[in-house]
Amino acid sequence: MSQFELQHVTKRFPTVTALDDVSFSFRHGEFFVLLGPTGAGKTTTLRVIAGLEHQDSGTVILDGQRVETHTPAERDVAFVFQQYSLYPTMTVYDNLAFPLRSPLRKTPEPEIKVKVEEAAEKLRITQLLKRKTAQLSGGEMQRVAIGRAIVRNPRLFLMDEPLSNLDAKLREALRVELKHLQKTQGSTTLFVTHDQVEALTMADRIAVLNEGKIVQQGTPDEIYDLPATTFVAQLVGSPKINLLPAARTDGAVHVKDSKITVPAPRLALPDSFLLGIRPEDIRPSPQGSFRAQVKLIEPLGVETILHLQDGELTMLCLVPGMAPQKVGDTVTFDIVKEKLHFFGQDRARIAAERR
Amino acid sequence: MATIELKGVEKKFGDMFAVKPLDLTIKDGEFVVLLGPSGCGKTTTLRMISGLETVTAGKILLNGKEVTWRHPSERDMAFVFQFYALYTHLSVRQNIAFPLQAQGVKKEEIDRRVKEVVDILRIPHLLRARPGKLAGGDQQRVALARALVRKPAAFLMDEPLGALDAELRESMRAEIKNLHVAQHATTVYVTHDQVEAMAMGDRIVVMSRAEVQQVGTPIDVYYNPANIFVARFIGSPGMNLVKGQLAGGSVSLHGGNRYTVPPAWTDRLGAALGGTTEVILGFRPEAAQVSAQGALAGEVYATDMYGGHTVLHVNLNEDEIVHVRSDRQSSYPMGTKVRFDIDPAMVRFFDPRTEHAVSSEAT
Amino acid sequence: MPRFEERGPRIAVSQATRVDKVHPRAKALRVLVALVSVLVALIMLLPVGVMVISAMKTRSDVMSSPPKVLFKPTLEGFVLLLTDRAVVSQARQDELREEANNGKLGLFARIALDTGMEITGPSNYVARLRNSVIIAGTSTVTSVLLGLFAAYAFSRFAMKGKNDLLFFILSTRMLPAVVVTIPLFLMYRQLGLHDKHLGMIILYTVFNLSFSVWLLKGFIDEIPREYEEAALVDGYTRMQAFFRIVLPQAVSGIAATVVFCLIFAWNEFAFALMLTSQRARTAPVGIATMMGRGGIEWSAIAAGAVGFLIPVVIITFALRKYLLRGITFGAIRG
Repeated sequence: MSQFELQHVTKRFPTVTALDDVSFSFRHGEFFVLLGPTGAGKTTTLRVIAGLEHQDSGTVILDGQRVETHTPAERDVAFVFQQYSLYPTMTVYDNLAFPLRSPLRKTPEPEIKVKVEEAAEKLRITQLLKRKTAQLSGGEMQRVAIGRAIVRNPRLFLMDEPLSNLDAKLREALRVELKHLQKTQGSTTLFVTHDQVEALTMADRIAVLNEGKIVQQGTPDEIYDLPATTFVAQLVGSPKINLLPAARTDGAVHVKDSKITVPAPRLALPDSFLLGIRPEDIRPSPQGSFRAQVKLIEPLGVETILHLQDGELTMLCLVPGMAPQKVGDTVTFDIVKEKLHFFGQDRARIAAERR
Repeated sequence: MATIELKGVEKKFGDMFAVKPLDLTIKDGEFVVLLGPSGCGKTTTLRMISGLETVTAGKILLNGKEVTWRHPSERDMAFVFQFYALYTHLSVRQNIAFPLQAQGVKKEEIDRRVKEVVDILRIPHLLRARPGKLAGGDQQRVALARALVRKPAAFLMDEPLGALDAELRESMRAEIKNLHVAQHATTVYVTHDQVEAMAMGDRIVVMSRAEVQQVGTPIDVYYNPANIFVARFIGSPGMNLVKGQLAGGSVSLHGGNRYTVPPAWTDRLGAALGGTTEVILGFRPEAAQVSAQGALAGEVYATDMYGGHTVLHVNLNEDEIVHVRSDRQSSYPMGTKVRFDIDPAMVRFFDPRTEHAVSSEAT
Repeated sequence: MPRFEERGPRIAVSQATRVDKVHPRAKALRVLVALVSVLVALIMLLPVGVMVISAMKTRSDVMSSPPKVLFKPTLEGFVLLLTDRAVVSQARQDELREEANNGKLGLFARIALDTGMEITGPSNYVARLRNSVIIAGTSTVTSVLLGLFAAYAFSRFAMKGKNDLLFFILSTRMLPAVVVTIPLFLMYRQLGLHDKHLGMIILYTVFNLSFSVWLLKGFIDEIPREYEEAALVDGYTRMQAFFRIVLPQAVSGIAATVVFCLIFAWNEFAFALMLTSQRARTAPVGIATMMGRGGIEWSAIAAGAVGFLIPVVIITFALRKYLLRGITFGAIRG
């Protein structure tokens, strides 16, 4: 079956192990996102796939073929960098034409013209073709960079945080366009980012990378609803999930240093563990069972983040629209019991059921 | 104690305006955010306040005294940069002590203030480290400490969270806000991220193309945007803006939909638009409620999953796509036909000729 | 202590963006700085000026003390520089005088005649100058070329002991040239490279290589790798990526390196003195050894120096734009 795969890839640098036994796979036409903080090894992964770095061990399979011995040119992948992707001395047209003019392809000029104009239209940059790249805005530059990848129609697109350097609003717009483009073209894309919003909204599937290791793979729903470790739980979801130290007493789960208790689930819980509650699952209500003080309010318009304090404990709570509370108010709230997460001291999700 | 006033402050390069004449009063202890896309003039404005740029017209006053031409070092303002600007050849402790040494403060006083500030920002363990070796968040804390130790009249921050990972940005945002609440220091903060502006600002100055578009509290700019730019810029995704024709109490949208104007708006709308019938209907994604009997219809074009909620891209006609916020439970494959209503309290109207909002206050 | 408080310029300043450059007092300071700079420049140009003037003075004027500021300019110095002359008898002088009066004597010959000599042929100055151009030019080209490839490799590739290797290359420059002249002399004698153009070119290339590798590596380091990597992924070989992408962006750095290498090779004296005699002798040594043939012909030496100066001035002037950028390492940032 034709597919793209990394098998047990390890890459070491003198001071750090960038990739440690990394394995994942994705299919044709899939938008696969590699999510992780800076330094996790995402860029190294892309470079190994592209052939710009050689792995110390492990296999890279593109389209069912092992490509260790292939040069970057032979792998037929396109790379979109975070910045410095356009040649400053050339016009937009020449930038787009550059990949096609490579000796490997030897495309005749009329054909180049057709392909360049096609790509320019898809990215809505036809009016920029004659400009020098130095005159473009950040968003336009990234469009051209993506255009340069498209003209070649490669078998795989590698994108290294292409939206990170753009303004927030521009990122939003380009995100939608990119996803739409990928769906209509059916292009296989491996997209790398540290922004979980990008990952959740764009991906068909996500692999979470941390310190060179794959921590979890799955669909956006799976990653969000069933995070395998506290790291994944905290990485995905805005505002961050609340992780509260808790213990089991009789039939209830009791949060340490607090009066918050919830019924114990049918899981094999150790004596001490971490209880994960997403901010949207803390619901202020006049008849709420628990109480806390409002320490900080972050009004975002569509929703409001309340920083609640209960003794030593701080929790984030997300309410829709404007919140009537003020800083210093005491608020009563409930917790949605069906959406609780339990993590052991090893930070992994507790899934085994109680006998 | 610091009130900052900008009167007619302007910055021109030849014939080109980088900042059009601007009037703004920042009250003592206020956290004001200059918000806008790249190139709108927000950073230039901040730099003029700090003295790193000269003004081509206008006055800047600090506590009533004019400081337009004062050297940056004499304005009693601390500047926090996006890329930290820490001295890599000095230790963290020396970095923080640096401004005080420049002012000629005595050694014991320096030690005391450094310790104070380092405790507030929770970085006492980093005193001996070199800034170059620290993580982004820690570097930014050192930069904040360096600004804080001066006890300046005002803090000026130029996109300080821009270089950090998304996850870190969230927590640093709350830290800076908490710091502001504790110190009660006048702060002018520049950002292009409207979430930051909304979460942190007491007031937001929305700028675009060298001009101020609106000044108001987060609630003001969110619920009552003054014009189309603000309506689109604030909120993620921004407000839906659909063109239509007003006739007899309802707006006809392209593609066949008709929206009945709520009674509270009917008189105002006709008067504000004068004789024309062209109008722009505005509503935020959360103002749209999917319902089987909804008045407006469209087709689902895409679904964005955000974790706690989803956003549907609904196609009203060929090129008019609106965003509708929905919960996770609903699943809409591409092509599904949906109907929705707009919350009458949250609908807004704009005049397409002037791009200004039709006032939502009762006349 | 507020320094510039309420008094700003009355007129709106349209271009200045630095606070410390706008005030009346700052402006006065700038004028002062400019004046001092001009003064310093004049002082530094003084020797050059004296040299040019001396080249146009007569023998006696050149030697006069105190130095003559006002004088009758003459081409005597150039004649002494460019020609070999012989003292001739009075009779011959009269003959030549006849020819001069009839307009049949060239300018140079007439000047020579005034000093009582006849031109016997061209001097070896022009030949020496030509040697300088060949040797300095070729060695500059080779050292920059080799340096480019080496610098690219050092910049882009990981290798064992790279830093050690780089330091070694730099260290070749730390050695005072004079220390190695004797061993080199012996080596060259053995290899038959003594007094050959090739010998000097090889030597200058090697000595300039350290400088050019270090300079060029600095410039290439500033060019983001992503440019070549994108090309590699697109199907270009590294060589092609080097020529099409890196080179165009390194132009200013290359120009700066060329100028520096050229200046070193052009002015080099110690090696040229020891390792050349007749055939490959360069201009600096040629000019210096003009002394001692019946006294020191200062005007000739000055004229020789002027001639020596001209090619360098031309090249530096042509490349001045790149030089400034190169010296300040100002790469264009996106």
